[in-house]
Amino acid sequence: MGEEVKLHGTWASPFSCRVIWALKLKGIPYEYIEEDLSNKSSQLLQHNPVHKKIPVLVHGGKATCESMIILEYVEEMWPQNPLLPTHPCERADARFWIKFAEEKQGPAMWTVYRTSGEEQEKAVKDTLEMLRAIEAHGLVDKKYFGGDKIGIVDIAFGQIAQWLGVIEDIVGVKLLEAHKFPRLHAWIKNFKEVPIIKENLPDRDEMMVLFKHFREMLLTSSRDS
Amino acid sequence: MEELKLLGAWPSVYCYRVIWALKLKGVKYEYVEEDLSNKSDHLLQYNPVHKKVPVLVHHGKPVAETSVILEYIEEIWPQNPLLPNDPFEKALARFWTKFEEDKSPAFFAFFRGVGEEQEKATKEAKQLLKIIEDHGLGEKKFFGGNKIGLVDLAFGWLSAWLEVMEEVVGIKLMEANSFPRLEAWNKSFKEDPMIKENLPDRDEMLPYFKSLREKLIASATT
Repeated sequence: MGEEVKLHGTWASPFSCRVIWALKLKGIPYEYIEEDLSNKSSQLLQHNPVHKKIPVLVHGGKATCESMIILEYVEEMWPQNPLLPTHPCERADARFWIKFAEEKQGPAMWTVYRTSGEEQEKAVKDTLEMLRAIEAHGLVDKKYFGGDKIGIVDIAFGQIAQWLGVIEDIVGVKLLEAHKFPRLHAWIKNFKEVPIIKENLPDRDEMMVLFKHFREMLLTSSRDS
Repeated sequence: MEELKLLGAWPSVYCYRVIWALKLKGVKYEYVEEDLSNKSDHLLQYNPVHKKVPVLVHHGKPVAETSVILEYIEEIWPQNPLLPNDPFEKALARFWTKFEEDKSPAFFAFFRGVGEEQEKATKEAKQLLKIIEDHGLGEKKFFGGNKIGLVDLAFGWLSAWLEVMEEVVGIKLMEANSFPRLEAWNKSFKEDPMIKENLPDRDEMLPYFKSLREKLIASATT
């Protein structure tokens, strides 16, 4: 396991952070390469020719893409401090919520960020529906999605802990009201207090500047097209 | 025999993926056909979040979402493995399974589109097939290598289902000249004894998909 580990990512990407959290929780040393997405490195394009996206984990020269697939790979290669449960039933449950984060909660939330008007109103409705499902079915009687300590599902939902708040502030819509989502609110507090997570969250003020700027660009280009 | 039930609905390709996995591993199960216009209490109880098929129920415990079910099956019944042993190869297999899931809306757009929208969807679908053929399949007989694996099951709809969709829409997507390796894969996949015995009947699928396309077009214009 002495082969070199490199991570291509971007500082404000929640997908990039997922991999950083997993590597740090397992104590795996790695070299981090910050990518400029407006000028992608030839290495990134070579390692991820299909999607040309970050994050990409390069281990012993072999590239793995897609953040949650990278996490399953990391879990297998470095089993210390496991992020997945051992029992197949519980593993299936974890994978169910990972898929939910990837296909439902994440896309809905980012659509709120990227759009305006009617399209945004629909995305707000969708996001609330997703959050309600997580609140009702995902976090029942547990401190973390992973149980007593954080696991792969907590990492998958990490976007809710910081990025959702930034999106809410920028678009001016409060989605995660404490009285409507008491479990999720408590989870966000607990999640952000985990030392590895606390030390490895991108700076909120810097995120506000960056995401505000991107949103303006997105809305301008969609108006002009 | 372990108590194993599969809640499914004909001709859902998602349900067939689970059937193929169970059959390839020689696992016995009871199949329960769901009426999706009148979902059973069991289905709603077993999959309260999505209320969809397929759902695998093992000793009374439900597992939902096709790719999650397949990983569960792989772990509980490791005989005739459908995922590679090597973690890196496994990650690659998962990459292509995700690719299929993420890109399937484009093929759905091809199926339900008309006019200009359809032309655009056809172009996009062909580009995706090229990526799948060049990067996913490459020179291999199956996506899984020498034998069928999870990625073959994920792309299994490119066999019987795509042919029916193409006939209903009246446009050939996967032309043999343009996609020779996918065409060869299609033949090998359908010839596998376990798959051959477990494909939906083409004559039954045609009227079903014809009616489905008509409904989708009608609902898009209202």
